[in-house]
Amino acid sequence: MPAITLESQRFELESGESVLAGLERHGVEMPSSCRSGVCHTCMLRAVSGTVPPQSQSTLKEAQRRQGLFLSCCCVPEADLEAARCEDALQQIDATVTERDWLSESVVRLRMQCDPLPDYEAGQFMNVVFPDGAIRSYSLASVPGHDAFLEFQIALLKGGKASTWARDAAQAGSSVRLMGPLGSCVYLGGAPERPLLLAGTGTGLAPLYGILRAALADGHQGPIHLFHGSLRREGLYLVDELRALEAAHDNLQYHPGILHGEAEEGIATEALDALIATRLPSLKDYRVYLCGAPEFVQMMQRKAFIAGASLQDIHADAFLPAAQPKD
Amino acid sequence: MSTLYEKLGGEAAVNAAVDVFYRHVLSDDRINYWFDGIDMERQAAKQKAFMTMAFGGPNSYTGDDMRKAHAHLVEKGLNDSHFDAVAENLSKSLQELAVPQESIDEVLAIVETTRDDVLGRMPAGA
Ligand SMILES: Cc1cc2nc3c(=O)[nH]c(=O)nc-3n(C[C@H](O)[C@H](O)[C@H](O)COP(=O)(O)OP(=O)(O)OC[C@H]3O[C@@H](n4cnc5c(N)ncnc54)[C@H](O)[C@@H]3O)c2cc1C
Ligand code: FES
Repeated sequence: MPAITLESQRFELESGESVLAGLERHGVEMPSSCRSGVCHTCMLRAVSGTVPPQSQSTLKEAQRRQGLFLSCCCVPEADLEAARCEDALQQIDATVTERDWLSESVVRLRMQCDPLPDYEAGQFMNVVFPDGAIRSYSLASVPGHDAFLEFQIALLKGGKASTWARDAAQAGSSVRLMGPLGSCVYLGGAPERPLLLAGTGTGLAPLYGILRAALADGHQGPIHLFHGSLRREGLYLVDELRALEAAHDNLQYHPGILHGEAEEGIATEALDALIATRLPSLKDYRVYLCGAPEFVQMMQRKAFIAGASLQDIHADAFLPAAQPKD
Repeated sequence: MSTLYEKLGGEAAVNAAVDVFYRHVLSDDRINYWFDGIDMERQAAKQKAFMTMAFGGPNSYTGDDMRKAHAHLVEKGLNDSHFDAVAENLSKSLQELAVPQESIDEVLAIVETTRDDVLGRMPAGA
């Protein structure tokens, strides 16, 4: 079996075991969150040996050339020597400036830092807690347009970040952020292309950023924003989105809920079915899908079958932070 | 003399064909359930590797890789009818892309050479 050497210490890996899982099994402290190659917190740098392409697939070319790789999805075929690379991930200190309730279960946090980081609409940042726990949250703000970073946080019962956002965070709280990260971002350069933005729950956060970036960029083609939730209470920013719709001829906002009374302007239908009815063909569309992993995965396939090209489907599945060894 | 891969248009043709072919496969109820719960992006990369191989292009697939990659599916019942359906979708896609029938036949002949490896059988006559 291959072995991983970290800081001159050699650890044997079991068959099929990732570098991250192997190091943890040997008692080595390692940062991690998604354990699926998304959040980049488990990144290491290869000093010698080769890493499988899978462990670098979400990294930038320059990072690959430096030998950086994600230990959670690195199952090496031969011995590997690696080093820690905390400095490869940009960390910044930010201060909460505003906290509002967008619904019963969604809190909006706005933050300031000087200077604001360079990011693209739709990217996410990792919130790093003092005990080392890490949670990913999408940016709902638009670079060069909003003078703050905005996050929309779903409050999950007993969740670590949720509890912090609900009970502890307030104007003046300081927060450590890592990033920006992710490639589900607003792409300019094609103002005539039709856009489909679809999300469930707080999947609206990055879409809200992408939507407003497109509008600020003078996007001409049709833009369809679908927002789905189980119940009416889960839809938020409804008035803001309706106002944007009224102000822009090319924007259509399609809210949908699964359960509850029919209401003017709100469909009671599963979001994928609603999209299929209203947009039967997605040929030439740029597609952005965010939120519940089940929805995102299903919709990626449906959008492709409905005619969208593979390279035009961009997605952020909101994977929950995973516990080691689950 | 140009190879089949060059004749078909190389990587650009592969990229165009993957979209059309994979869309057919995912819309075909005889086989699409094999792709349930599969990561689309990762699968697209695999489809591209498959298509490159089928076009006679530079590829790193070995018969052994094919066997390993499909072994868990064979255990769940992957058989000739599924293989045939995939080949049929490939043929249909190439027709739509106006590839000459002669080249389609060459592509299908290459795909046919992988049948025993994909279905985890000893080659006929071995
Ligand atoms: C790229 C990316 C971007 C994201 N952006 C956002 C965003 O903008 N807004 C947002 O609200 N979330 C977002 N998430 C999801 C968020 O990071 C996770 O849901 C996070 O685990 C919640 O943290 P927590 O500390 O509150 O709960 P945790 O302490 O992580 O979890 C508490 C419990 O809730 C369970 N749980 C976690 N998530 C869910 C879920 N979705 N449904 C049901 N049970 C769950 C866990 O398994 C655990 O039992 C994003 C995730 C990723 C990967
Ligand atoms: S990328 Fe490895 S834990 Fe998230």
